[in-house]
Amino acid sequence: MTAIDPTAHLTAEQIEELGRELDAIRDEVIASRGEKDAAYIRKVISAQRTLELVSRGVLLFSFFPPAWLIGTAGLSVAKIMDNMEIGHNVLHGQWDWMRDPKIHSTTWEWDHVSPSDQWRHSHNELHHTYTNVIGKDNDLGYGIMRVDEDQKWHPFHLGQPLWNFINACFFEYGIAAYDLELGKNLHKQRRKNPEFRARAKAVGRKIRKQVLKDYVIHPLLSGPSFLTTLAATFTANLVRNIWSHSVIMCGHFPEGVQVFERRSIKGETRGQWYLRQMMGSANISGSRAMHFMTGNLSHQIEHHLFPDLPSNRYAEVAVRVRALFEKYELEYVTGPLPKQVFSAWHKVFRLSLPNKKPKVDAPDREQELVAA
Amino acid sequence: MTSAALRSGAWKLLEMITTPLLPSDYLDLVSPLRAGADLRGRIEAVHPETGDAATIVIRPGRGWRGHTAGQYVRIGVDVDGRRLWRAYSITSPTNRQDGRVTITVKAIPDGKVSNHLVHRAKPGTLVQLDQPTGDFVLPKAQPAKVLYLTAGSGITPVMGMLRDVEFDDVVMVHCAPQPQDVIFRNELHDLVADEKLRLTEVHTDTDGVLDIARLDELVPDWADRETWACGPAGLLDAAEEFWSEHGVEERLHTERFRPSIVVAGDGGEVTFSATGKTVDADGATPLLDVGEEAGVLMPSGCRMGICFGCVTPLRAGAVRDLRTGEITEAEPGVLIQTCVSAAAGTCDIER
Ligand code: FES
Repeated sequence: MTAIDPTAHLTAEQIEELGRELDAIRDEVIASRGEKDAAYIRKVISAQRTLELVSRGVLLFSFFPPAWLIGTAGLSVAKIMDNMEIGHNVLHGQWDWMRDPKIHSTTWEWDHVSPSDQWRHSHNELHHTYTNVIGKDNDLGYGIMRVDEDQKWHPFHLGQPLWNFINACFFEYGIAAYDLELGKNLHKQRRKNPEFRARAKAVGRKIRKQVLKDYVIHPLLSGPSFLTTLAATFTANLVRNIWSHSVIMCGHFPEGVQVFERRSIKGETRGQWYLRQMMGSANISGSRAMHFMTGNLSHQIEHHLFPDLPSNRYAEVAVRVRALFEKYELEYVTGPLPKQVFSAWHKVFRLSLPNKKPKVDAPDREQELVAA
Repeated sequence: MTSAALRSGAWKLLEMITTPLLPSDYLDLVSPLRAGADLRGRIEAVHPETGDAATIVIRPGRGWRGHTAGQYVRIGVDVDGRRLWRAYSITSPTNRQDGRVTITVKAIPDGKVSNHLVHRAKPGTLVQLDQPTGDFVLPKAQPAKVLYLTAGSGITPVMGMLRDVEFDDVVMVHCAPQPQDVIFRNELHDLVADEKLRLTEVHTDTDGVLDIARLDELVPDWADRETWACGPAGLLDAAEEFWSEHGVEERLHTERFRPSIVVAGDGGEVTFSATGKTVDADGATPLLDVGEEAGVLMPSGCRMGICFGCVTPLRAGAVRDLRTGEITEAEPGVLIQTCVSAAAGTCDIER
């Protein structure tokens, strides 16, 4: 909702044409999915498991500082792989086509305190459908931050850099909370809702298991290395949290990314939906290792256009998508990780302070936001 | 503490260590065929039989319970990265020394799995298995005289029987387009040479399709024989009619490989409630295909209504059996075979 609409130069016909071109890319990739892709995800999964096993093994001797370092680094990477390249993507159904019940969105569970089925609902159905629509997309500021000039400022927002930092450190808990839609469900009447209680219970169970594993059982197994292993798993979780928070912030927060009002998506066509995904996401540029460690969310734009294409194919898709951005004269927001992280944080700081009211029909818009 | 309790306690601890994964997820990395694992097998060799048929030698996992001659096994093969399940007759004898089992597969036109197994399967590949099943088997009491009536790949369960038990008086009538299409031809002829089998080959390219009445001339005492027949629907339909005309239908045992599908009308909106997907389906497409197209994880096997590997609860609505046209309506506990059922109006499948 910047003052100038960056898509204003496109006619309705052009937008639909763009949609058709994107559909064609998608169809091609879908038709060419095969053995190589399956081998890829299987290889990643076994590499992750091996790495986790070895790292935890090394941590049994973590009283010895080099072992602590190696084990912690390995475990951090293993956890990141589990959450990003594997968990996130499997839960998107990117690998469902393989029909392998062990690698399927309906059966997968990840190393994360939010149970995968709850995350799937809030992430796949809400965030991916209503990407960057204020009031509908919980990812947008996670309900605790102001992410657009048009959102009403409240003194609470003064603290948002701090909220964001805390959220980064305990990101998985933040996610579990908003998958539960805690903000809205903690109201007196809603708290008793049996459906909510069942879900809250499931989260409780999952947290218990995760905490028991990381902070009780593995440290106990390490015997004399109890404390150092405890510190190692805590560090690995922290690294994973901050890393995934940063990557995800880069997907929708950097300057140049658009957000949308609820009204604007009424009766949205396929082409318009695509266009919103294009304008509402940002990429991270970098090496192959970098793409891998972000779970290919560095190809956020492509991921948002085609959330269910196998992640290993986003790199090739990106070349073609980028060509379409050029063809239709749209801005492809991308940059190296530090730059994007900085840009996103900059926005968090900037919007923690009130800004001048936007000129156009502001009162009307505010009503919309309040109604959300 | 008993050792069983100790073991289950240890297993619980292991589960706490590996959560959210299971201990088996890690064990599978190193030992996919161990006891207690999901049943799998490893392809050890592929022997061509004819131009379009091959025998696959499989080393089954430790959980394999063994088969009875004539039974089939559901096997899940990754073809182009996609797991597809089919059912194949076991052709190895039950007493094979090395514990391996074989299936013999004929590549059918457009058959994804059969072509893959015959032409592209590589030794070392893991496949998923189910325990063998099927009641196309020999009786406990030895029949005095036996007739095997087979056509094409219908010979495979019968080969499993021939290799398993020797009877005093065995006659086989087998149909194939040409001599070189007869699977196991050398072995059959060896049995003939050893006088363990009397064999009539009907070469349908030159002789035409077998007229069942010719049995009177080919095997004059056919009606006295305990008969096992396997082949295409046309042959089996004719055989069933012929045997019952002569009042000896209890001597005939058949195994059908392909359902005769009738085209049904209707169709409707199908909801897969466990996954929350809803799609439109026509009245002629099996719900198994409908679900797979929509990315729902559907179990399957023979895809022709015989193995029950695809049974799924029908939660609401109605489906039509594509073979009989029979309508099944949802009730608690009603299971349908998705491979031979199509939507007959709106329905809800628990997948
Ligand atoms: S798949 Fe064998 S009965 Fe349906």
